[in-house]
Amino acid sequence: MKLTLKIWRQENAKAKGKFETYQLDGVSPEMSFLEMLDYHNEKLILEGTNPVAFDNDCREGICGMCGLYINGRPHGPDEDNTTCQLHMRKFNDGDTIVIEPWRSKAFPVIKDLIVDRTALDKLIIAGGYISADTGSAPEANSIPIPKHKADLSFNANECVGCGACVAVCKNASAMLFVAAKVSHLALLPQGKIEASERVLKMVKEMDKLGFGNCSNTGACEAECPKSVSISNIARLNREYICAGLTHEN
Amino acid sequence: MSNFFTTSIGKKLVMSLCGLFLAVFLLVHLSINSLLIICDNHTFNVAANFMAKNKLIKVVEIVLFLGLFLHIIYGIWLQIQNWMSRPVGYVKTNHSQTSFFSKYMIHTAIVIFIFLVLHFMDFFLKAKFFKDQMPPEIGGLEDMATAVILKFKMLPYVIIYIVCIFILGFHLFHSFQSAFQTLGLDHKIYTPIIKTAGVIYALIIIIGYSLIPLVVYFTFPNPA
Ligand code: FES
Repeated sequence: MKLTLKIWRQENAKAKGKFETYQLDGVSPEMSFLEMLDYHNEKLILEGTNPVAFDNDCREGICGMCGLYINGRPHGPDEDNTTCQLHMRKFNDGDTIVIEPWRSKAFPVIKDLIVDRTALDKLIIAGGYISADTGSAPEANSIPIPKHKADLSFNANECVGCGACVAVCKNASAMLFVAAKVSHLALLPQGKIEASERVLKMVKEMDKLGFGNCSNTGACEAECPKSVSISNIARLNREYICAGLTHEN
Repeated sequence: MSNFFTTSIGKKLVMSLCGLFLAVFLLVHLSINSLLIICDNHTFNVAANFMAKNKLIKVVEIVLFLGLFLHIIYGIWLQIQNWMSRPVGYVKTNHSQTSFFSKYMIHTAIVIFIFLVLHFMDFFLKAKFFKDQMPPEIGGLEDMATAVILKFKMLPYVIIYIVCIFILGFHLFHSFQSAFQTLGLDHKIYTPIIKTAGVIYALIIIIGYSLIPLVVYFTFPNPA
């Protein structure tokens, strides 16, 4: 395959950055998208140019590091997939592919296609956890959990924190991410104890970090590589209302 | 609790509660307007005068203006934050499979606001403060019917009115179900019903409000 790549290049967080256009020949449809970028980088290095910086880690769709905005969609044209699980067979010979970093005030660009997603970690630090003594895993059946709640919690917990929801949302809102974390824990008995404190703290932090406000467009759900449902956002709203009306502090 | 209504979700709660209240008002307003074409001028005048003079309605009117005010202020507040949350935009954007109307809420809102101001000056203010610009009273009743018919006999007015009603309808297509989502009301069975109800509601508003000027324009005699 022969491709035209239009890639955002930015030296560092302070630099202005611009699009560079590259011609890339010899791409195999069997390559993953990241392998195609590796292949392109090898060529750039041989030519003596700086390779394109992009984030990745597991390359098997579970770490959420590899988010790229490809042809106007987070993680590219495939449904329910991360960028590392996208393959070049989804493109045609002669295609032009536009590759941009996530765009959000809360995710500043560090270099080229890499953005700083520390904001998502700060959200977790604000309350996306349970306080429990660590140690060996407790006996699984000692706390009964209804199957449907476990399933809902599992769906929310599938979130890999890639930030595609923020990237695609026209308001750069992190509501789906926060909703996934709040739902995952609020649905389980272990997480219920701190549920109201958690939701208030996480919403406060979300606002502080400069994410936008949810306007229920549903773009996040449509583009989430793990199909996390926006019914989690409704649950987040419910949790917020109940916590706000009943929390003692 | 002190900042319950000022967080992102809190602001949206205000938006949704005010919005739902305004949605009820639109239906009440429509039902009174439709008396003009379903019944006659007199019935419409009786209803319009009742709405203008009843003490209880006057209290509701204050709540209505407050609701509208909050809906606008909070809407602008949220929108400005949303614009600021992405200082550098994308070069290439692809419309994902999301609700179409949800992307244009602020744009439709601006048109609705301008329309409301004009509408307000045309009827509400004139009837309240500039009685000399109103048709003469009939039997102690403000002749709102003639005031409306005079307006709806002007083709440009009818066209602008209907275009604005369609834009209002677009606003409602998204906002009805969105308000329920914001209030946290999400359910496997009820959410699809709410979504359908939202579409039916928006259609009722569009068709109902558009039909009145059309019927008046095409079938009513010119007022003497
Ligand atoms: S690299 Fe881990 S999800 Fe793509």
